[in-house]
Amino acid sequence: MRVELTVNGEPLLADDVWEGESLLYLLRERLGLPGSKNACEQGECGSCTVYLDGVTVCACLVAAGQAAGRQVVTVEGLTDRMTEPAALHPIQQAFLDAGAVQCGFCTPGLLVATHDLLARLPAPTDEQVRESLAGNLCRCTGYEKILDAVRLAAGRLAADASGGHGRNAAGPKPGDQR
Amino acid sequence: MEFLAPADLGDAVAAKAAHPDAVPIMGGTDVMVELNFDRRRPELLLDLGRVPELREWDRDGDRIRLGAAVSYSRVIAELSGVLPGLAMASRTVGSPQIRNRGSIGGNLGAASPAGDAHPALLAAAAEVELTSVRGVRRVPIDDFFLGVKRHAGAPDELITAVWIGAATGPQQFSKVGTRNAMVIAVCSFGLALHPGSAQVRTGIGSAAPTPRRAAAAETFVNAALQDGNLWHSRDVLAESLLTEFARRVTAAAAPIDDVRGTADYRRRALGVLARRCLQWAWTDYRSGSVG
Repeated sequence: MRVELTVNGEPLLADDVWEGESLLYLLRERLGLPGSKNACEQGECGSCTVYLDGVTVCACLVAAGQAAGRQVVTVEGLTDRMTEPAALHPIQQAFLDAGAVQCGFCTPGLLVATHDLLARLPAPTDEQVRESLAGNLCRCTGYEKILDAVRLAAGRLAADASGGHGRNAAGPKPGDQR
Repeated sequence: MEFLAPADLGDAVAAKAAHPDAVPIMGGTDVMVELNFDRRRPELLLDLGRVPELREWDRDGDRIRLGAAVSYSRVIAELSGVLPGLAMASRTVGSPQIRNRGSIGGNLGAASPAGDAHPALLAAAAEVELTSVRGVRRVPIDDFFLGVKRHAGAPDELITAVWIGAATGPQQFSKVGTRNAMVIAVCSFGLALHPGSAQVRTGIGSAAPTPRRAAAAETFVNAALQDGNLWHSRDVLAESLLTEFARRVTAAAAPIDDVRGTADYRRRALGVLARRCLQWAWTDYRSGSVG
């Protein structure tokens, strides 16, 4: 079947989609967006977390047909692609600066989940961070550096918001589609 | 495989009548796992995600009609005041991503013995609304679960809503797992106080082939509360009452050994959960809080 949907603001379509395949497969194998990672295929690990109509979901548990006509934002959509080279989102930069990336497989899902968290709660407590990221497994870091990265990102985004001219002050952000 | 995505309830019900073997899919948190792991290859997937009637909830007097597709996240955000037990159970489901997609109707459709919503629905005396081209009927939750992953819906019926009384007293839910998130219950327990009818109702999860009530425990505690005039006096519950209640809940379970835990462990843990839930709910009742 044919599936048409909007991904990261861009209308896309894929043909010959198998009726039982997941949104994750559609993104990675048909639409050339391998940022969302395929790890557990059962919603346990969160590595494939994307926004579907502004809500975080595991792309492996959404049938491709269920995403037809919907708005999807993937980790690729977090970058500011208006600049060349594409500027990292402050959350991505914070993960790099805090050393929150080791093998990197869980990182795309954690970035999207963190993006959603900070859009809802700009200054989350540690407990709120843990609760919000409970569906994203990391087998390398022990999570401490990830918590550091979320705190760093929250601080920088708050400073950007109050300071007026941050890296992220101009242009639409994925969260704007929520 | 075919993929049908009806745009309204009439079309959805007609599709199920025409294709009784079609597998309904809502949030996909159960169905997609089966597809991804090649455990199931249905002829037809019936996507209910575009049926607006299923996504609504409304209040009809003292009862809530909860559309089958309302997600756990929305139960938590919108209904924790009137459906406290179901909201508590919903908070223990999976992760934010899973709660955003998974729905109460989907949980009922899967009819897993470990489904998190089920003990709360049993304790609240919910009814499951089933719709087909033949009409609409409501099945009491006590009669809904027939066996492991089997329920009372006919092949041409869709689960369209759950009817639940707004809480008139405190409700509790508790669940045992290896961590605080992403856990399929090792065992779980739900309890609701219904002061108006002087009834305590219970629900046992993941400790029998189906979710079930602990009937003998309810009979015992209802009599004890009545005989001791406790609904009126709101006195503390005697140690012996709590112990006997927990013992009877344990006796109502029929658990198995599996990868998540042994039958012995489940019986032991269930007694602890039952005792705690009754104690917590009664403490709330004594302080006069509803829900």
